[in-house]
Amino acid sequence: MKNLWEKCIDRYGYPKVYITIFLILLIIIAIIQKQSIPDLLIDSLIRIGMNSILVLAMVPGIISGTGLNFALSIGILCGILAGCIAIELRLVGLTAFFVAVLISIPLATVAGYLYGLLLNRVKGDEMTVGTYMGFSMVSLMSIGWLVLPFKNPDMVWAIGGRGLRVTITLVDKYDKVLDHLIKFELFERKLPIGTLIFFGICCALMWLFLRSKTGAAMIAAGDNQKFAEASGINVNKQRMIGVIISMVLGAIGIIVYAQSYGFFQLYQGPLMMPFLAISAILIGGATAKKASIGNVISGVVLFQALLTISLPVINKMMPEGNLSEVIRIIVSNGVILYALTKMGGNE
Amino acid sequence: MEANNVIELINIEKEYFGNKVLKGVNMAVKAGEIHALVGENGAGKSTLMNIIFGMPVIHNTGGYSGEINFEGETVEIKTPKDAMDLGIGMVHQEFMLLPGFTITENIKLNREVTKHNPISKILGPVLKSLDVPAMRKDAQDALEKLGMNVDDWLPIAGLPVGYMQFVEIAREIDKKNIKLLVFDEPTAVLAESEADKLLDAMKKLAEKGIAILFITHRLDEVLNVADNITVLRDGEQVGQIKKEDATVAKIAQMMVGRKIERIERKIKRSQENEEVLMTIRNLCVNMPGEVVKNVDLDIKKGEILGIGGLAGQGKLGIANGVMGLYSATGEVVMKGKKLKLNDPRESIENKLAFVSEDRRGVGLLLDNSIELNIAMTSMQIQNRFLKPFLGMKFFLMQDHKAIREWAEKMIKELDIRCTGPTQYTRRLSGGNQQKVCIARALTLEPELLFVSEPTRGIDIGAKKLVLDLLVKLNHELGMTIVMTSSELGELRSICDRIAIVYNGKIQGILSPKDSDVDFGLMMAGKYDLHSKEVM
Repeated sequence: MKNLWEKCIDRYGYPKVYITIFLILLIIIAIIQKQSIPDLLIDSLIRIGMNSILVLAMVPGIISGTGLNFALSIGILCGILAGCIAIELRLVGLTAFFVAVLISIPLATVAGYLYGLLLNRVKGDEMTVGTYMGFSMVSLMSIGWLVLPFKNPDMVWAIGGRGLRVTITLVDKYDKVLDHLIKFELFERKLPIGTLIFFGICCALMWLFLRSKTGAAMIAAGDNQKFAEASGINVNKQRMIGVIISMVLGAIGIIVYAQSYGFFQLYQGPLMMPFLAISAILIGGATAKKASIGNVISGVVLFQALLTISLPVINKMMPEGNLSEVIRIIVSNGVILYALTKMGGNE
Repeated sequence: MEANNVIELINIEKEYFGNKVLKGVNMAVKAGEIHALVGENGAGKSTLMNIIFGMPVIHNTGGYSGEINFEGETVEIKTPKDAMDLGIGMVHQEFMLLPGFTITENIKLNREVTKHNPISKILGPVLKSLDVPAMRKDAQDALEKLGMNVDDWLPIAGLPVGYMQFVEIAREIDKKNIKLLVFDEPTAVLAESEADKLLDAMKKLAEKGIAILFITHRLDEVLNVADNITVLRDGEQVGQIKKEDATVAKIAQMMVGRKIERIERKIKRSQENEEVLMTIRNLCVNMPGEVVKNVDLDIKKGEILGIGGLAGQGKLGIANGVMGLYSATGEVVMKGKKLKLNDPRESIENKLAFVSEDRRGVGLLLDNSIELNIAMTSMQIQNRFLKPFLGMKFFLMQDHKAIREWAEKMIKELDIRCTGPTQYTRRLSGGNQQKVCIARALTLEPELLFVSEPTRGIDIGAKKLVLDLLVKLNHELGMTIVMTSSELGELRSICDRIAIVYNGKIQGILSPKDSDVDFGLMMAGKYDLHSKEVM
């Protein structure tokens, strides 16, 4: 028994094993509470698809040596902006979704380039600088959302007619276009097959990229900067590429998130989103220096399933008032905190 | 046992992981005596000092055997605090001073003179206030003893290096019970005039009855101040001589000695009229701790050139400078083509390869597989091990099959002990990591291979394998090799010529068959002065 435990830890690392045990515990409680397990699982699946690309966005940053991308909110802002532009153009359906993605890519590339210039000047402190860079950009864009010349009445404040609303609904626009792209029902619930396939394609592209010449150079730059320099690799360029890809994926990620969620959340909405993605990949076994596609998949599955299942379970346990809300915040932030303590890996 | 011996070391032995670094050292220092301890790098001087000062590294690695007698009593020094309580002081090579504090504050740090104030009388001695005038007086006394005239209220930051050294010493002699003072290469960072002052101070201290143990590379200093001289070589005590019998040549010979059998080459090549592969002119390299100043060197085609010298003299800087890892100026011409300096890519493209002395820092991707380590540089610079993705030339993918095949070939040829080509290099032993580094360099198919400290930190069996491998490469592939090493014996065992670097310059080029005296003198920078008397 002890041997098996050690083997598990050795193979999967503490975070994965502990979170899995916690998750199983929650499911057992849910069964005892006579909750609808299929509903819980399908909810989890939807949340997994929703967040998947954002978690994948962490990989290039880590591999190129800039650490966890705490400034992913910059990419997210680019994605929201592109999503709003698509609505402004009065596009609907899949066209709207892909136009939003196409617009977001150049925006995120420019933002990533500028942010990369900054990161190459603060080597070693990327994560601290990134956190505050993300915070300040969210605040700056809070002004931006107010003054940008959007005109579509679905998006701007009803009174005054200027400035975007806090929450922009995607109903009748591109709500769930990817989730429901492929019709598949289970227990009378639609499964987000389209989103999961999209995530799969993105993972495959990332996997291919990491096996290219540039990918190899990026791995070298991230693992050992001096080695990379001695091998004639331009470390700053590789870091730049990593940051840009991360930002682009962040932008695409938020559009995927929004179509599944049904809303764009502006203003303070993107503030804490990087933390959710970071926690997921850390729980998946990544460290600030090393990450793989496997870490992304296992991390997003464990983390989102945990958050989704814990909520109704806790609600049922303490139905009085908003105590359950308090507990939920403690659980989700607790998991984030635990994940962040595992930033350096198991050693 | 003589009564006035302050410290006696009896048969001290020390092992690091099965590697014996001290093999039975005996020595004694009397009160008022200056005892010099000389030896090459790695001879065991620092280990001996660490034992005397009770450094934790000794006890963390299994302790030592033998006996230390301090003032006639057998003692066991387990921590630096034990050593200090006994009255042993140490002046470190690197300064351990707080730059923002004044000289006095540094001297009296943690031993401040305090006096009571109304609050401390109620709340206890922790809150006693500093008696600054008394502290300054103590500090001034200590500085005066050293013959140093400086305002003791100046901050350390901004003082000349020599002064900092004196402050360190003042701190030690301010301790009232000081009986033995250990100087670990105190003159290494000093200018000549400062060094002279320091030696004078040492003599003064000795006159006051303090026993002094003095470690240095500079042989003339030894002759100048030491009463007795102990020479260590490879952890063995080679000899102990009195000042009256010692000459620089004699000490130099004892330091170097004959160590390694030469690996004889089958083919004897004539040393003359050979094609010069690379000429280096006025090379200056700004590598911290290994500064190179205006080096001229010709590397002949097909030779193994050794670069030797003591640590910190600049021998490592030459290869690093040519390969573009540290900023360099000067002219490097390879086969008639002038190399652009400070650009590693340019160097590698011109068929140079480098096995760095900093294996884990520069030489390896520790968290990646052996195969990726071996293929990486060649892939990035020579576009080998790549294939186009779906026929698109601009999107080059790694050719995993080719990488795997090549890695397996290298693993077999160099006999890298591993679980397979996908094992992470972090988990390999030092010798095998070194082989991965060499494999990576060989993958570049270089004409000129720079190898720095190839045997540092690897066990004796693996050392021989690595050296044999270098000879084999030179022999069978005709590869020109420049090997930089601190271990002279190693250089003399495989090199055709050996350049000795001293103080950033090439002191001279010797044949491996030249006498120990010549090598010793050159490494100590005294060749010009003494060569005549030796001959």
